[in-house]
Amino acid sequence: MTGEVPLVRFENIQKSYDGETLVVKDFNLDVAAGEFVTMLGPSGSGKTTCLMMLAGFEPATQGEIYLKGKPINKVPPYKRGIGMVFQNYALFPHMTVAENLAFPLEVRKIPKAEREARVNRALDMVQLGAFGGRRPMQLSGGQQQRVAVARSLIFDPDLVLMDEPLGALDKNLREQMQYEIKHMHEELGLTVVYVTHDQTEALTMSNRIAVFEDGIVQQCAAPAALYERPENAFVANFIGENNRLMGKVTAIDGDKVNILSDNGDQLVASKVNVNAVGDRSTISLRPERVFVNPDINSVDNLFSAKVEELIYHGDHIRTRFTVCGHDDFIVKVPNSAANSLLQEGNIVPIGWKMEDCLALDA
Amino acid sequence: MTTANPSIDQANTLPLKEKLAKTTAIQRRRAFLLTLPLVLFLLISFVFPIGQMLFNSIHNNKVSAVVPDFATAIQAWDGQGLPSEATFEIFVKDLAKAKKVREVGRTVGNMATRINYEMPGSRSLFTKSARKVGKIKQGPYKEALIKIDKKWANPQVWLTLQRASHDISPAFYVAAMDLKYNETGEIVEADELYQIYLNNFVKTLWLAALITFICVLLAYPVAYLLSVLPLRQSNLLMIMVLLPFWTSLLVRTTAWIAILQTEGVINDLLVYFGVIGDDGRIQMIYNQTGTIIAMVHILLPFMILPLYSVMKTIQPTYMRAALSMGSKPFYAYRRVYLPQTIPGLAAGTLLVFILAIGYYITPALVGGQDGLLISNLIAYHIQKSLNWSLGAALGTMLLVVVLLLYWVYNKLIGIDKLKFG
Repeated sequence: MTGEVPLVRFENIQKSYDGETLVVKDFNLDVAAGEFVTMLGPSGSGKTTCLMMLAGFEPATQGEIYLKGKPINKVPPYKRGIGMVFQNYALFPHMTVAENLAFPLEVRKIPKAEREARVNRALDMVQLGAFGGRRPMQLSGGQQQRVAVARSLIFDPDLVLMDEPLGALDKNLREQMQYEIKHMHEELGLTVVYVTHDQTEALTMSNRIAVFEDGIVQQCAAPAALYERPENAFVANFIGENNRLMGKVTAIDGDKVNILSDNGDQLVASKVNVNAVGDRSTISLRPERVFVNPDINSVDNLFSAKVEELIYHGDHIRTRFTVCGHDDFIVKVPNSAANSLLQEGNIVPIGWKMEDCLALDA
Repeated sequence: MTTANPSIDQANTLPLKEKLAKTTAIQRRRAFLLTLPLVLFLLISFVFPIGQMLFNSIHNNKVSAVVPDFATAIQAWDGQGLPSEATFEIFVKDLAKAKKVREVGRTVGNMATRINYEMPGSRSLFTKSARKVGKIKQGPYKEALIKIDKKWANPQVWLTLQRASHDISPAFYVAAMDLKYNETGEIVEADELYQIYLNNFVKTLWLAALITFICVLLAYPVAYLLSVLPLRQSNLLMIMVLLPFWTSLLVRTTAWIAILQTEGVINDLLVYFGVIGDDGRIQMIYNQTGTIIAMVHILLPFMILPLYSVMKTIQPTYMRAALSMGSKPFYAYRRVYLPQTIPGLAAGTLLVFILAIGYYITPALVGGQDGLLISNLIAYHIQKSLNWSLGAALGTMLLVVVLLLYWVYNKLIGIDKLKFG
């Protein structure tokens, strides 16, 4: 995005509904054309509000939103040319599927023949060619979802917003639709701003993810970066599974941080979000990056841990250890012959590398 | 299943349907017993009176009950000239017998009233003749009767008597539709002076339509507000909508009298502010205006509630979706919001219109002369003129109009889509 005007720019956006509390506090985000950006966060974190401000249904209390470089705060929603998929699809129940799809074209006064051609093309695109004459209520949830997506795309908008569009579907269908939307995004070169509270969905589909909490973007980065290098304890905890150990910084040496854990163990971690010796820190560690009975030279941290619980997951065994004073330390132990000997109550050595162990804010 | 379990097969000699009926019989009987009071109540208070009314509208035995032998004999008459001497004799004897009857509904007066419906001014002919008929001891009866009153020589009297001798007759529908029998017994249009029912029907339908239309205009925004306002405000508004419901109909109507009368609040205010002179007070009540104002007020909740119940279910995302697709707000409203409110709109319209065409108390109190509706005429015939058969005929016609509307509604929208709240 060097020098180029981003398709969407949120600039210092604030939003308050009641004049007392800010739902969105100083939100900044650029979305480049062709990007799939997801706003991810727990409910009430302000992500949907940001989407509604972009769509034009809520005014920003402060700040400016730009679309193709032009401020759009005063542009009404029907002049923004933004496609939108709603949580409950908002398919018009009194119209057939084809009439629903034709609505945006009808509004734009596109001639009937072209309208029909485009509706048929859209129906084919979502594999619903034979369903044009049905009412939305006569379709299954997944089919309704496809119609909603097709309707938001039919007028070739510059930008498509999706507000938890898969929330109402069951797990299998949701996963299937994730891929369908992702493929559509790639094939049609769409720009998508997507809102969800489901981190798997976000990780699967997005180019970039903005993690919301308490009206603030905690981190905005590509899925891999979010998972591998979370910038703070909230992101580490919210994205994927995470072990947390609490401690205090005793020494900082470049990227390397020495931590004294609360029960007196010494750890070596990567410096991410600690500033000075004496700071309290949360150590974040992914369950799949911990090794049982490791080669002593291959790990930087080595402790003896007590096996508390074994849960069989097929390809791996989810093992709960007590280590460094925490009894909720989860390790995903690969289901191999060597590891099948683990028993509850065993004391075994476990270890991990410094790079996998991040010193974050407390 | 190709291999059925033999032990189960033996036990199950009964077909499945019978078994099911057996097992559910007790439940069904219990359910029926629970609904029995309501069924009885409906039978007694609804089905029976309506059946009675339908029957009354075509059945009237005031002639055959008073002069039974004559009623049979006159049927043989071909309607040419005057009936035969024998028929006259039977009539005179029947009349003499009837004079002594005091039983309500079987007196000469009852018969006279019945004939008077169709031959205005003929009542005294019967009462006078009945008094004097005792003096006729022997024939010729025809001449003797004509001597009592010359009108007995008029064939129209006998034609009317012949028609009225049928217990079952369409005579009251003829009257209710502003028609009459002419001298030769054919059905023709009644004199203009007597044409009141059809005009009143038309006026009733027109006023009901107008009232319904005003109700739609007033109720739609209120129902919309109710459906979108936050709970606290919408509750307050709902109470205000329902408040008229909790007030006696009579009190509300009387309140309108106090407000609208020429010496009332509105006129006083207009005079006070000099909008009109003291001698130019506006007549807003005891006419159609009064009926319309008071009835709109009373029927408004019946429009608001069905509309509200439908609007409440329409999610705001529909409008947002339409806007996001580039539709201007008004177009989105017309194409997306309005069509979804049609079930409520239709239910409210049907309800208000049907209530309005049968409304009685309010027009009776504030309608004056030209604000009277068909139900007021029906009440007049039931309570004042005591021509129950005509009242029943008018009532039946009203019922038919309502059923017709219902049928049209069902064709256009579908009764299953009706949402009353």
